[in-house]
Amino acid sequence: MSERHLSADLLAQAKSVVALYPEPRSALIPLCHLAQEQDGWLRPEAMSEIAELVGVTPAEVRGTATFYDMLHTEPVGTYVIAVCTNIACLLGGAQELLEHASSSLGVRAGGTTPDGVFTLEESECLADCDRTPCVQVNHRYVGAQTPQSFDQLLDDLRTGSLSDTVPPHGTLVRVRRTVGLTAEKEAVAAERAAMAEAQATRASAAKPPSGTAS
Amino acid sequence: MAITDAPKIVTARLGYTDSHTLERYLATGGYEGLRKALTMTPEAVAHEVDTASLLGRGGAGFPAGRKWSMLRKTAITYLVVNGDESEPATFKDHLLIERDPHQILEGVLISAYALQVTQAFIYLRGEFALGLERLQEAVNDAYAHGAVGADIFGSGFSLDVVVHPGAGAYICGEETALLESLEGKRGFPRIKPPFFPAVYGLYNEPTVVNNVETMANIPWIITNGGAAFAALGAGRSAGTRLFALAGHVRNPGTYELEMVKTTFRDLIYAPVLGGGITGGNTLKAFIPGGVSAPWFGPDKVDLPLGQDEVGEAGSMLGSGSVVVMDSSTCMVRAAWRITKFFARESCGQCTPCREGAGWLERIMYRIENGDGREEDLDLLMDLCDNISPGVAWPPQQTTICVLGPSIPSSIASGIRMFRDEFLVHVKDGGCPFD
Repeated sequence: MSERHLSADLLAQAKSVVALYPEPRSALIPLCHLAQEQDGWLRPEAMSEIAELVGVTPAEVRGTATFYDMLHTEPVGTYVIAVCTNIACLLGGAQELLEHASSSLGVRAGGTTPDGVFTLEESECLADCDRTPCVQVNHRYVGAQTPQSFDQLLDDLRTGSLSDTVPPHGTLVRVRRTVGLTAEKEAVAAERAAMAEAQATRASAAKPPSGTAS
Repeated sequence: MAITDAPKIVTARLGYTDSHTLERYLATGGYEGLRKALTMTPEAVAHEVDTASLLGRGGAGFPAGRKWSMLRKTAITYLVVNGDESEPATFKDHLLIERDPHQILEGVLISAYALQVTQAFIYLRGEFALGLERLQEAVNDAYAHGAVGADIFGSGFSLDVVVHPGAGAYICGEETALLESLEGKRGFPRIKPPFFPAVYGLYNEPTVVNNVETMANIPWIITNGGAAFAALGAGRSAGTRLFALAGHVRNPGTYELEMVKTTFRDLIYAPVLGGGITGGNTLKAFIPGGVSAPWFGPDKVDLPLGQDEVGEAGSMLGSGSVVVMDSSTCMVRAAWRITKFFARESCGQCTPCREGAGWLERIMYRIENGDGREEDLDLLMDLCDNISPGVAWPPQQTTICVLGPSIPSSIASGIRMFRDEFLVHVKDGGCPFD
């Protein structure tokens, strides 16, 4: 690749993440989060660069990313607002809240406001079911919401008074890992060798496993 | 109503506002279990957990000790912790991850020592942004403290722990889908056999996958002994367990209760727990263990919170989530929403699940919205039967993983318990609760 898309800082981050895993591909999803941190969504250029970093094709990165709700292969707003309507929230008035949110923002669930500030999502359970209806903004819990408090929330987001707790969309984890792997390479290598030997023994003793769903 | 005076095992520290910090953790006995474990042999540590009869807290309820011993015959390579809590209305792991991350980490360290692995991964669901930050902070601090990394506390034992973010997919809570996801792929469950994690796990090497709450119990078990843990609860359900109570109750929340000795009535009605039904309404039905579980009516409210007791009554304790629905609840709408969830979260590998959930959701939608037909009820049950023959509990499986057979639970419960309500929707051409 001639031109880098990821910033030098993120690229360094990405390489340190890849180094944490026995196989580089395991870093694919964490790297997608990092790319979203830079761009707010997963740009094709970023996917190509991730592919290069983890040793797969860009299509494999896209194929994986499109499986996951949090990885956006199209642009989203600065604030992605997820309103849960699953069972506990349904019992707590989530459908009414979602309708209100939709009319306040002027977009249906899945849509982004024309100014690019808000994306509204109807979400599955967000695991905060004692505060219903549950709402997350950029994956940060903002507590149970009523239609009134929801409009206040929009105002607070617009004026930036929540910027400490709710970073722009894409920034998932603000705490970086401070150390690399520390376990002795020799110990791990010895363990791997023992494993390989055990697997070889099993393979010769038992019938080979069929890897396909027949 | 008697709530037992069992000790708090996993929520003991949550009264402190700084419960997530290393300072608070160390000031409240933190990492003492690990120090003790490191003076024991790995086999003795594993034996202690076996003695505790700790059942996995993820949903399937498999004995943690046995999961480990299955692997003792062969060397095991990786420990993977499942923190992809996504079963609707389950919010217990979320609490532990955000509020006491070091406790989980200590459990991971002790378990890794017992299994003699040198690398552990903690997979958290991506939506837990704060949880991911708290756990990463805990891991950073624990490395600096000498509790994680090379030569832990001078014992010669080394372990690296990696916190791994998911990216939003319910199915990744299924352990083989989680492993696929951890390998950087779509979360497609693997077929078992042969892909039992204990045999062919992460990167096809023997792997133990344990739930976050399971891990959180380990430090206490090592500090106080497996026998002390086994003395709590009764039968196969030893110890305490977190119950996430949601829905139409005055005090929804997460409660740590002694298993078997406490009942659903205690959980829902005791003033110090659920506090009863909201708005002076009466209990119509409750889901005893996550939306994959068949529903119970008020007649089952005196059942004890025990794995076997709930299993014998025709449902499961599952993920420890209890959803209370009062007399104002439309059961068609409730079942429709749960079905919509499964339709959305099916990974798409197996036809019965992928197609079945979608068809069921559309039929449920038309009934709820006034376009249903009387024969739809039979059609729904027939479809359920195609996904899980017999529509019984425990369910038959026609799919790679258990998401498929979980789909019929709510619809079958709804039709069997509230058939009249379904018929009213059909006859009146709409929802009587609107």
